[in-house]
Amino acid sequence: MREPKIKEGRGLSKVMQSWFLHQVQTRCQLPARSTTQTTASQPGHALWGDTKPGPSRSPILYSYFRSSCSWRVRIALALKGIDYETVPINLIKDGGQQFSKDFQALNPMKQVPALKIDGITIHQSLAIIEYLEETRPTPRLLPQDPKKRASVRMISDLIAGGIQPLQNLSVLKQVGEEFQLTWAQNAIISGFNALEQILQSTAGTYCVGDEVTMADLCLVPQVANAERFKVDCTPYPTISSINKRLLVLEAFQVTHPCRQPDTPTELRA
Amino acid sequence: MTESGKPILYSYFRSSCSWRVRIALALKGIDYETVPINLIKDGGQQFSKDFQALNPMKQVPALKIDGITIHQSLAIIEYLEETRPTPRLLPQDPKKRASVRMISDLIAGGIQPLQNLSVLKQVGEEFQLTWAQNAIISGFNALEQILQSTAGTYCVGDEVTMADLCLVPQVANAERFKVDCTLYPTISSINKRLLVLEAFQVTHPCRQPDTPTELRA
Repeated sequence: MREPKIKEGRGLSKVMQSWFLHQVQTRCQLPARSTTQTTASQPGHALWGDTKPGPSRSPILYSYFRSSCSWRVRIALALKGIDYETVPINLIKDGGQQFSKDFQALNPMKQVPALKIDGITIHQSLAIIEYLEETRPTPRLLPQDPKKRASVRMISDLIAGGIQPLQNLSVLKQVGEEFQLTWAQNAIISGFNALEQILQSTAGTYCVGDEVTMADLCLVPQVANAERFKVDCTPYPTISSINKRLLVLEAFQVTHPCRQPDTPTELRA
Repeated sequence: MTESGKPILYSYFRSSCSWRVRIALALKGIDYETVPINLIKDGGQQFSKDFQALNPMKQVPALKIDGITIHQSLAIIEYLEETRPTPRLLPQDPKKRASVRMISDLIAGGIQPLQNLSVLKQVGEEFQLTWAQNAIISGFNALEQILQSTAGTYCVGDEVTMADLCLVPQVANAERFKVDCTLYPTISSINKRLLVLEAFQVTHPCRQPDTPTELRA
């Protein structure tokens, strides 16, 4: 596979560059490229990167294509133009690869996502995103004003703490097959009823004002979950219209579950 | 805000999420008024029209401060941290901040929501205790491991952080649901150290304006 030629003033956007390199690295199981390398291409050799361990290695994201929590982090990495490798963790296969000894050592909660970056491993998607925000501050994912930041965190926590945990795979397993769908729908409907109201006062083009924030990174994957659980989103016009606007953005497109290294063929875009 | 300009905290004495915010306000020396919201009485006062207008999620805590209303306990605490930065509740170093948020989110997003009142109502009386215990045990198994690498005197290093504000109320929940905490020596010892601190004492569920007489310290 040839590396895209990045010409000055032309060529792929930063988001697309990161995505493309990430796709290539992950599919070809190549060592991560050093972020200090230039992007000049050399046919036949361009794809072999620096194999040295240490801070110059790309971050590694442990992700499942359909995990909404993983998707949040994928969007953040894409928006910030951060190159990374994906190690797919299949939550269903082999009884759930999140339960392996190796992965448990990485994240004792046995959940995705987890991100290896700068010599540490972080899990909990919002903790990861806040770390990325503090260490790679542009473009911003949180506004400068503390009151607007509070709105962003409030919405993010509502989704990440108030909706998703109640309808994640391990909880649904406990609920049992007969009641799973109703249970998941109830969790989402309660949350979306509240969120629709809250967005009346916070939303502009996106969840909080007119810039993409961490709240939007939580919204889109949660709407995808809602659709998967057949929740009727027409009672939520604000949620739906914001979701629609976000989905056309490049970072939300390239990180979509249908375009991941571990997306099953039948679900691939 | 009240006429005096004090923040107003909508809180339930026994709500672990409310307790987190009470501790933050106490640590930062912020005077506030409590409006108790009884989650059981009158079918649950959180379902009233007035409260729903304040917090559409119909949950405590909610904080009226600086002309706005914030809910979600960690969003409240981060706002307090950004606007009243001393004493700190988050370290300066981004990697340590990540640890603090990771632990806070594990508790506030990974344990507590699975054992809160409204979920337990759905689970039904017969299974409530086992359900709550499972949620806490899964989370504490993970947390005990994580604390091996982050903890000093407290959850992350030797200063009280947002993670500690989440830990103590969650241990109280664990005790309420009869989870055996001797299996978690790190969690237990950090909890013990925190409980002697004034801010954790004065904000304790047994000392709130709405604490029932029989549970009052």
